[in-house]
Amino acid sequence: MAEDPEIAIRARGLGKRYRLGSSGFGLTTLRDTIAATASTVLRRSSAAGGDASARRSSDTFWALQDVDVEIRRGEVVGIIGPNGAGKTTLLKILSRITEPTVGSVELVGRVGSLLEVGTGFHPELTGRENILLNGAILGMSRAEIQRKFAAIVGFAEIGRFLDTPVKRYSSGMYVRLAFAVAAHLEPEILLVDEVLAVGDIEFQRRCLGKMDEVARGGRTVLFVSHNMAAVENLCGRGLLIEHGRLVVDGPVSKVIEEYIGRQEDRLRGGLTGETRRTGSGGVIFKSFSLEGTDRRPLPIARSGQDVVLVFTVHNGTGRPQEHVDLGFSLFTSNGQPLTVLYASYTGKLLTVDIGTVEIRCRIERLPLAPGRYRVGGRVVVAGVEADYPTDGLGLLEVEGGDFYGTGHAGFEGPTPFLVDGSWE
Amino acid sequence: MVDAPLQPSPVPDAVAETGPRRRVVIKASTGLAGVGLRELAAYRELLFFLIWRDIKVRYKQTVLGMLWVLLQPIVTMLVFTVVFHRLVGVESGAVAYPVFSLAGLLPWTFFSQGLTQASSSLVNSSHLVTKVYFPRVLIPAAAVLAGLADLLVCLVFLITIGFAVGIRPTATVVLLPWALLLGLATTLAGGLLLSALNVRYRDIRYLVPFAVQLLLFTSPVIYPATDVTAGLENAGLPGWLYGLNPVVGFVEGFRFSLIDDGPFPLDLVLASSFAACIALGCGLLVFRRIEREFADIV
Repeated sequence: MAEDPEIAIRARGLGKRYRLGSSGFGLTTLRDTIAATASTVLRRSSAAGGDASARRSSDTFWALQDVDVEIRRGEVVGIIGPNGAGKTTLLKILSRITEPTVGSVELVGRVGSLLEVGTGFHPELTGRENILLNGAILGMSRAEIQRKFAAIVGFAEIGRFLDTPVKRYSSGMYVRLAFAVAAHLEPEILLVDEVLAVGDIEFQRRCLGKMDEVARGGRTVLFVSHNMAAVENLCGRGLLIEHGRLVVDGPVSKVIEEYIGRQEDRLRGGLTGETRRTGSGGVIFKSFSLEGTDRRPLPIARSGQDVVLVFTVHNGTGRPQEHVDLGFSLFTSNGQPLTVLYASYTGKLLTVDIGTVEIRCRIERLPLAPGRYRVGGRVVVAGVEADYPTDGLGLLEVEGGDFYGTGHAGFEGPTPFLVDGSWE
Repeated sequence: MVDAPLQPSPVPDAVAETGPRRRVVIKASTGLAGVGLRELAAYRELLFFLIWRDIKVRYKQTVLGMLWVLLQPIVTMLVFTVVFHRLVGVESGAVAYPVFSLAGLLPWTFFSQGLTQASSSLVNSSHLVTKVYFPRVLIPAAAVLAGLADLLVCLVFLITIGFAVGIRPTATVVLLPWALLLGLATTLAGGLLLSALNVRYRDIRYLVPFAVQLLLFTSPVIYPATDVTAGLENAGLPGWLYGLNPVVGFVEGFRFSLIDDGPFPLDLVLASSFAACIALGCGLLVFRRIEREFADIV
């Protein structure tokens, strides 16, 4: 292996296999293990070895496979990809939380990982005590924590609550304190997983600022996020991971473009048997489309137009389902969530007959600026998730329209959401 | 070492110090893993913080607070005195039975509490295990070591009681550290083994209270060890066989070093020390073997 002093991370043929089962391992009680061992022994004695290996491949799943990547010192790399693609698994291997099944990684420098904000916070301990404890858990020495203590308290803005147990903190204060400790970790390699998805916007902005500072300080940063704007701002290089494989590696804007393109291609293909979903499956989405108020299909909506979202669902339970709640969400093309609307928010639950049924939601004066939006959806039956296609239902294309009723096209910047008002 | 002593950062065991930076190679481990003493040394401050947390949190928001530490052995001692001494007629030689049973209950409580806390410690810390790396051994170790604080408080109490009833520690008190070390090793051995197995098999949760109860009756807490060793010798077996249960040596060693009553049971403590070393080795091996999959299955 060539000794390039500029390499911080070098992964070769990295792969991680999980066994399928309730806990990721499948065996939770001794009895299961004994039963499993017995069946393996029986199988081995009765059938050929091919049988056992066939069983093995069907019970396992590669969360990560054949990942080869080199990251140079000081690079800030964004890792993007759909949910469940293996991004977090990669970070967990790099931070030594879990072992790879095959392959190896060489890391040069002290590693700090932030897979969650507030790891190891204890609710009964005070803010001061938690700073010490959390700092130590994240890998800081006592002297280091003491040196940075004032800065951490200042960043968290918890002031006089320093000696109050954190269980009495508001969730905002809790997150601020937790992030403040994490932000003062100074490893040579920093691994960050989606921790910015919490906290208020102002605080998120400060967190991003802090991360930017870290990145500029010449440290190597790996950043997993669904927030494409944050990834694009912070990172120079992007890695796109899909189905456990590293599929694109390059300049961040190119990788994001590729990711959005792939996602839109998939959504354009509509929902199929291949669509990844979660939920119990009784009532599932078949398709999503857009109609005008005249019930004619609408390929493209206009800003300010009255539109109808049509969700075609299939009830395969064999009897009409009452108490069905259906919701949709809208995202900008770079993954920023805009809004969520469930039928129940409007005081309505739906009844879905047997077979294929269309559910309509009328939206007046569509408050979206021109652009392409991703539509997600979820069906909940009697309080239990029945269907949730992980990548979304489809796309919503919006072109310019007369939202304000004045003929003005509105602001031209990247502001997806439109509001009307009366001025005096 | 390149880092300033102020920043003893986590040093993984597969480290080769080439040039100015640490180099770590991560890959699937095969066969038996080492104990990783060098890594443990680098994480000693975290161990300290985890112990400190366990002690701090233990009696938070309780009315009696630290009084619980004393209350449990004292009440148990009273019950034992009434039931086993008065009703059943267990004799304790020259030392008054209440003092005798209290001196046995303190090491016993350390062991049983430590074992119970440690065995559930990894599962209870799943939020740590799945989110951050550090040597997992620290979690059950901290759970066991935190019990030392309780034991220390009780020890002071016991010595005070001893003075009150006219029992002064004699020269045998120098053997107390040996007994404590033995107790620590025994509890840690059980804690490591059970905490690791508990990650895989939740059966352990039901096994532990049951095992602790059985051990209480098979260890010389309620009765003096001589009752058992005499029985063994009558059957033509060496008395030290009883010491192969390491709890026996711990309880007897602890009691004798404080309330000197007859000759120090050297054979029992030696046999127990031997058994504890073997148990600790086995505990560590099993722990290290299962450790690599903790985050995936906890």
